[in-house]
Amino acid sequence: MSALTRHARIEKNATLLLGLSLAVVAIGGIVEIVPLFYHQNVIEQVEGVRPYTPLELAGRNIYIREGCYLCHSQMIRPMRDEVERYGHYSLAAESMYDHPFQWGSKRTGPDLARVGGRYSDEWHVQHLTDPRSLVPTSIMPPYGHLSRTLLDSHAIADDLTANAIAGVPYDEAMIANARADLVAQADPDADSDGLMERYGDKVKIGVFDGDSTRVTEMDALVAYLQMLGTMVDFAAYEPLSEDNRR
Amino acid sequence: MPLIVIFGLITFVAVILSAFAHDALFAFHMALIAVISGGAAIWRMRTIDYSGTAAIPLKAKDTGYMDDVVRAGVIATTFWGVVGFLVGVYIALQLAFPQLNLDLPWTTFGRLRPLHTSAVIFAFGGNALIMSSFYVVQRTTGARLWGGGLSWFVFWGYQVFIVLAATGYLAGITQSREYAEPEWYVDLWLTVVWVAYLAVFLGTLLKRKEPHIYVANWFYLAFIVTIAMLHVVNNLAIPVSPLGSKSYSLFSGVQDALIQWWYGHNAVGFFLTAGFLGMMYYFVPKQANRPIYSYRLSIVHFWSLIFLYIWAGPHHLHYTALPDWAQTLGMVFSIMLWMPSWGGMINGLMTLSGAWDKLRTDPIIRMMVIAVAFYGMSTFEGPMMSIRAVNSLSHYTDWTIGHVHSGALGWVGMISFGAIYFLAPRLWGRNRLYSLRLVNWHFWLATIGIVLYASAMWVSGIMQGLMWREYDQEGFLVYSFVETVEAMHPYYLIRALGGLLYLAGGLLMAFNVWKTIRGDLRNEVPMGAPATQPAQ
Repeated sequence: MSALTRHARIEKNATLLLGLSLAVVAIGGIVEIVPLFYHQNVIEQVEGVRPYTPLELAGRNIYIREGCYLCHSQMIRPMRDEVERYGHYSLAAESMYDHPFQWGSKRTGPDLARVGGRYSDEWHVQHLTDPRSLVPTSIMPPYGHLSRTLLDSHAIADDLTANAIAGVPYDEAMIANARADLVAQADPDADSDGLMERYGDKVKIGVFDGDSTRVTEMDALVAYLQMLGTMVDFAAYEPLSEDNRR
Repeated sequence: MPLIVIFGLITFVAVILSAFAHDALFAFHMALIAVISGGAAIWRMRTIDYSGTAAIPLKAKDTGYMDDVVRAGVIATTFWGVVGFLVGVYIALQLAFPQLNLDLPWTTFGRLRPLHTSAVIFAFGGNALIMSSFYVVQRTTGARLWGGGLSWFVFWGYQVFIVLAATGYLAGITQSREYAEPEWYVDLWLTVVWVAYLAVFLGTLLKRKEPHIYVANWFYLAFIVTIAMLHVVNNLAIPVSPLGSKSYSLFSGVQDALIQWWYGHNAVGFFLTAGFLGMMYYFVPKQANRPIYSYRLSIVHFWSLIFLYIWAGPHHLHYTALPDWAQTLGMVFSIMLWMPSWGGMINGLMTLSGAWDKLRTDPIIRMMVIAVAFYGMSTFEGPMMSIRAVNSLSHYTDWTIGHVHSGALGWVGMISFGAIYFLAPRLWGRNRLYSLRLVNWHFWLATIGIVLYASAMWVSGIMQGLMWREYDQEGFLVYSFVETVEAMHPYYLIRALGGLLYLAGGLLMAFNVWKTIRGDLRNEVPMGAPATQPAQ
């Protein structure tokens, strides 16, 4: 009974009720979230993860804008069927530069964490333009307008800067050359030495949408899709090493 | 009156134009026009005499309470409810018939789905919570709302938030954080509105005339303050430009994922649960005319519910790259959460002891009871799905969608409908609703709709989860992904039918509320009375 009478004090003091409620709801989040920022085993030690090129980042923003994450996950779970269907299970390191993350929560369509390199650029353009021309029973919406819309990239350097503030290791040269790197990646005839030097020689360069005269939103989105899941060299990854146990 | 319509239309068009503007300056100008004409429309509306439907004067007596803003809230809740259900039915049909994406950028599933979720959670649910909390806090404290016109700022500010968010989704402005999609500047605006909401609610509590704070207000207060905390932390972001719509989350990858689902699950726990429990604790005893079953239970389940809910977020990230210890914590706390959840259900249901006969004659109490029953059902299903082994099957499938809807349609929707039916005659000074028989129709349409929806999603979700992991004797996967999509088709049709029934119920409610506001009374045989009189 004494606990109940003591509780009456809280019921008679709105400020106390507010303060106690806030304290009680703060605990769980602090215990679960804060360690993720300083515990060294949260993110695995792997080779190859780099920041997105400007064109890939622009493509990623289109992926977000169109709500692709609502039907496609980017998180392969460590289960036999998922690993056989989609590839090596996803690592935390693979999304360490993702602001925001795109793990998704629903697979109305298949997982895309390792879709990069699985299909040709032409396949992606055709599939995005008219999904049912390639997969007759697909229920995906068509995105033909992406090929008709020029990519607005005049301020892409600002996007890199914002990411740098949030912690992505874009250096000054990357930000200064952002626009040029974006154009160079979508044109195989352009001088791409600078792009390769800054982002590595595995960067995929191509006429993604089949038209080299202009850079469209389709170029950017396909460049992003073709990079997904291709960064980590799994031949060099040691899942059982002390650093990678979680 | 026509002036308001004109102002309203200008505002609407300007907001749309601004949302689709090619350059920032044009967007700024259109937004400016929207603000000015919107302000004018609000000013005009506030000068309307709401009692002036000349033929049927408003009969509400002056209670000394601030009820105009609650009346506006009842109308807004009803309106946004119908809008949200309609968009839901449309996107359900898109999954069955992809041609309905119409090959236009702003009508694809990817852009309409956030419109649906935000319309039902934040526009319908949020207005129901704000409106009912303003009503309940005044009735249970004996005090008028604190802050004078501040409650009107909360109401209109919240509607502006809804319109900015909704038009943004159609134009492709999104942070891609589920249930927190609006971009940074809309988030800042909501923060201002929310602080004002907290001030009004807490201010009213502080000047109360009753010594005790009634239990419904504990839940409302915890909901308001927790949502403030979640909203601010989850939306921390770096804008690309102070004049641009785009921002990048301050967090990345695994940390970003856990913060988002810490937010996401507690949008369920506090927006859709604690707040609506506050609603239950006032309207169920009032409608049943019985005291709350157990005071002690309400204390225990209040504190344990708000403490445990916050931990449950990681169950959205089972088997992902989130560290195992965090997943385990999320699972364990989710299972423990079953108990305080059922504490609330028991307290709600047992309040009816001694009044169960009212189920036969009062469709409003029936609505409230089925709401609490669905609350109990989905708070059992949730902990079960948070078990990692179950989650390995259910995650990424329609089972999750079905679970959310049995909570949202069954619990949140039904308890809100009950509150609206309770409030409409009282707020507008009518003897009773226009028609109780229409409420009965609404009850059955909605209930059958939910049952169709949830069972279709159980079947499709479990079936798809099993198909994905099915191996043949040689050790090969049996089904390609698209074969599992094809198998969903009949269930998507059943789901759309369920949604359609639920929408029809919502339309009946809108009609009933509108007629009640007008003061019409349908001439009908009372519920529970024999339908026909025996011949003499």
